[in-house]
Amino acid sequence: MSQLEQMLMFIKVGIVLAGLLATVPIMLFVERRGSALMQNRLGPNRMGPFGLFQAACDVVKFIFKEDRAPGHVNKFYYTIAPWIAVIPAFMTFAVIPFAGSLTLEGSTTQFQIANLDVGVLYCFSIASLGVYGIIMAGWASNNHYSLLGSLRSSAQMISYELTLGLSLVGLMMVFQSVKLGDIATAQGETLFMIGSVAIPKWGVFIQPVGFLLFLVSVFAETNRLPFDLPEGESELIAGYHLEYGSMRFALFMMAEFINMAVASALITTLFFGGWQLLPLFSVAVAWVQSLNLIPNPDLVQVLFQGISFVIKVASWMWFFVWVRWTLPRFRFDQLMNLGWKVLFPLGLLNVLVTGFLIYKGVL
Amino acid sequence: MIDYSLLAFFIFSSIAIFGSLMVVFKKNPVASAFALVAVFFSFAGLYALMSAHLVAALQILVYTGAIMVLFVFVIMLLNQDLPVEDLKSSSPFFKAVSGLGVLVLVYALVRVAILARGMEPKGSLTEDKIAEQGGNVKLIAESLFSDHVLPFELTSFLLLGAIVATIALAKRKNVAGGLKS
Repeated sequence: MSQLEQMLMFIKVGIVLAGLLATVPIMLFVERRGSALMQNRLGPNRMGPFGLFQAACDVVKFIFKEDRAPGHVNKFYYTIAPWIAVIPAFMTFAVIPFAGSLTLEGSTTQFQIANLDVGVLYCFSIASLGVYGIIMAGWASNNHYSLLGSLRSSAQMISYELTLGLSLVGLMMVFQSVKLGDIATAQGETLFMIGSVAIPKWGVFIQPVGFLLFLVSVFAETNRLPFDLPEGESELIAGYHLEYGSMRFALFMMAEFINMAVASALITTLFFGGWQLLPLFSVAVAWVQSLNLIPNPDLVQVLFQGISFVIKVASWMWFFVWVRWTLPRFRFDQLMNLGWKVLFPLGLLNVLVTGFLIYKGVL
Repeated sequence: MIDYSLLAFFIFSSIAIFGSLMVVFKKNPVASAFALVAVFFSFAGLYALMSAHLVAALQILVYTGAIMVLFVFVIMLLNQDLPVEDLKSSSPFFKAVSGLGVLVLVYALVRVAILARGMEPKGSLTEDKIAEQGGNVKLIAESLFSDHVLPFELTSFLLLGAIVATIALAKRKNVAGGLKS
């Protein structure tokens, strides 16, 4: 590894970590004011302009609150559970490409921490570890409500992980790869033209059913409403994190928001062209390049690809918030029925139809 | 310059050994299951160190992510109030047999380690050649769906049979004895 490569690696890891950490306060703000917007109220708007500093106050509060554990918990597992929830959430982002490639001094860099051969399988496997944090928290809390929450969580994860994997098989068949970098690059091609408007080969246009299945299952995997049964405050008080307070509770909240960010990034990368430029952005790129502010024109391109990626991810995260404050929670049997009797057969059918279409040469 | 892969090897292998001991010695079945999760995870780390990324990912996906979640689920649901059997009460014959078994296994392991010392991977599958031909995933997928498609399909039939059998067993119990908790 040359010095330049090492430096770029540090920069990439830094960007990803900082970006993910920054998501948490931003999403706190968006969730509060967004929910208020949807319910026709104001929301917390006193601290700073538009209540922007409310999240900072919360962070300070979480850090300085007394960190006490109830006497009836299993101390060891109670302490490590929040960390087990939050660490996989960060790790999952390692294979997601957030911009194209850049050639500096003869060596090409992918803007992705690790371009693993197994690609999206890595995402799934690491994401499936996060459930242990929830299970462990519920069990170690030694509380019936918490245990119920973690039981629900494990049943839900198992059920929806199947659909999650199956919904992508069609996509992998079309793009002939499981590497997220390859999939993102392949989506830059043109699918067909309507007049002079080029429709890109985005996953959502090729695999609409796969996209819907994936969307529903990531909602279940991130425990967001309408699938937040492990938490279910109207039934289980707070579910698996009932006995948690101060920074430990904040870690669970962090895990949820970062999981949401990773899920949005995955949706973007797999189905919405990843770092491919948004429509009209190519004009902006050409304009900025003509200004000659930055000597390397490729750098401008990469910068705009990064911005496109962030915009796409941000709109999906807004979608998560939007759904949360729109739909009511499922009942548990409805959740299981939906997972096993609707989504899973649909996923199988999607694979079958995709295979047939590829065989016929349509895709 | 530190050899990072050697460092990672020692970290993962010590987690694996410590976790395995915890699986055996922990009195609480749920705690044992969590220790087993740690063991499986560190195995995946070891596979990844050997550049077997697909095996590592599948190890986590299948064993750690799916099977162990089910294990933990079942143990939590069923075994909450079962008394923990005291290990000391087992018969001396059982102790002797298990001790002997452990000794034989350790001997076999040492023999294999001695035999395999300095061995190169057989055939065309060196690390560089795998990367040349499109990587682990592609190679395994191609051989699985061409040369080994019959065993592969037979395995899936076997699993299907197991699923059907399980459901049949569970259903019959319900009919005969009512709902069992």
